[in-house]
Amino acid sequence: MNRPLVLLAMIGLVLVCPRSWAELVVEVTKGQDDAIPIAIVPFNSPTEAAASFDVAQLVSDDLARSGRFKSMARQDMIETPHVGASIGFDDWRRLNNDYIVVGQLQSDSADHYNIVFELYNVLTRQRLLGYQISANKAGLRLASHQVADMVFQKILGIRGAFATRVAYVSVLGHLPNKSYQLVVADADGMNPRVVMQSNEPLMSPSWSPDGQSLAYVSFEGRLPTVYVQELKSGERRRVSARAGVNQAPAWSPDGKKLALTLSTRDGNLDIYTLDLASQALTRITDDPGIDTEPQWSNDGRSLYFTSDRAGGPQIYRVGIQPGDKPRRLTFQNAYNARPRLSPDESQLAFVTQEEGAYRIATLDLRGRGDVQVLTKGHFDVSPSYAPNGAEIIYATRDRGRGVLALVSADGRVQERLVSSEGEVQEPAWSPW
Amino acid sequence: MKRMITIACLLAGAVLLAGCPKKATTVQPPTAGSQVGESSNTSPSGGASTSGSDLGGDNGANARGEVGDATGPLARKVIYFDFDKSEIKPEYAGIVKASAQTLTERPGLKVKLEGNTDQRGTREYNIGLGERRAQAVRRALMLQGVAEKQVTTVSFGSERPAADGDDESAWSRNRRVELVYLQ
Repeated sequence: MNRPLVLLAMIGLVLVCPRSWAELVVEVTKGQDDAIPIAIVPFNSPTEAAASFDVAQLVSDDLARSGRFKSMARQDMIETPHVGASIGFDDWRRLNNDYIVVGQLQSDSADHYNIVFELYNVLTRQRLLGYQISANKAGLRLASHQVADMVFQKILGIRGAFATRVAYVSVLGHLPNKSYQLVVADADGMNPRVVMQSNEPLMSPSWSPDGQSLAYVSFEGRLPTVYVQELKSGERRRVSARAGVNQAPAWSPDGKKLALTLSTRDGNLDIYTLDLASQALTRITDDPGIDTEPQWSNDGRSLYFTSDRAGGPQIYRVGIQPGDKPRRLTFQNAYNARPRLSPDESQLAFVTQEEGAYRIATLDLRGRGDVQVLTKGHFDVSPSYAPNGAEIIYATRDRGRGVLALVSADGRVQERLVSSEGEVQEPAWSPW
Repeated sequence: MKRMITIACLLAGAVLLAGCPKKATTVQPPTAGSQVGESSNTSPSGGASTSGSDLGGDNGANARGEVGDATGPLARKVIYFDFDKSEIKPEYAGIVKASAQTLTERPGLKVKLEGNTDQRGTREYNIGLGERRAQAVRRALMLQGVAEKQVTTVSFGSERPAADGDDESAWSRNRRVELVYLQ
């Protein structure tokens, strides 16, 4: 009955494309009132090669996009210092800046660059950071995101997540000729690369904990199959193609197992774990209702999941050791589904239904179990935490089109990622 | 083994074609069937108009029908569902009965039941709801004598809509089970 399992498909490099054409553009729709004013002064670029890349703009955009900073507009700057010694602190203070970043982009050979930068507290004139990052031309974007990460962490005490990536599914074309792409882009929506393309649906991308691979569901052949694909090589491995449902892969924290949803012949969906090396399958839930959308706890010992065993879908937690009984976690509202655990395990993000709309909510796991609804859309689904837990990316609809959006974990900052083409859905934020 | 070869071919196709965005084709559907919801008679309000009422008709050689024939008894059939429901409504009893008759008369024939939901809610939970609908049709067919081995199910959840749009007119066409005959 089971289709053969381990079929190593050595799919070559062609699966990984250098870039797709549809970049996502971020629009901040709701900023934080007490955003911190910061000036990122244009970097000095002595050579022509370096002058073509604007480090300061990218850092400034990253910080502004977080909603926690207000980046000063360039036309308001009255001087452009490139080293700390030439900062006129009184002037920058008068322009209401709390912090200032100055720096240079040096290029000492054909494809070797140094980003040298300093962060100062304008009020105390204290030098908070002084760093040099080396990169080749292709690495300049990543290096600039790392500058933003360091500034973010120094000022807020939270590790920045600008130098991370987001996987999502892009749907192009119109009925009945749609095509589906699995895309990996930088966290700012730029630099998108198509990692898989099909004329049948692709869904549920899940990052391996090392950030090297994605597990996902593909309907090629009009049957659901779970694949694991290594991003660099494009090598793809079929890990579950059993009779019936093969869905909702979720990587265990140690990277050795997948939790996934399979079905019996009579269509009962339950959650299993699959050991990727041995192919050993362990059944975790056994209930006539729909059990799906598993998500691991950080210690790898329990799973959060959706079940409609009590009628409508609700969120439960179960230990993976045999005999453990699932415990229900959500009680407010009739529809609560697709749990995602925050990196520090302090809260769950999930989809709830209120006033007939589907919205992103969080459940406090440490205190009194408070539920906070973060979004105001009608079709907000697929929440995924940034690895620092500060933001949640999710899918929504805007004038009949699928788009991605971001909300800070406290609901104060909201943004939209707009694609120039097609529909975008099912975002999954990468680990560090 | 044959299945292994099929899979290998599909994967080989993916190797060749999963290239850059502008090369459109990666994996072709195994059947050339067009989207059912697009044809004129299959709107949910049309109810049983898609039933196999032409079964037993006297159109000569085509009376038995062939898989892939868009008008014969083995054409795709569609059963539509109410929101959040998997019960088969009375107006679709005709489709179930005619399909059961076709399948019991031809034990070598197989049918694939493709369950679908509308676009609301979470995608993976919708896979479960689509499977539940496909299973409802499977049970109904088996109650009317169809052998278990003749029926397979697959759920596309909300991934393969028949109609696009964020309103009930689109959603009602997407909450469906398609009956696809396989020789």
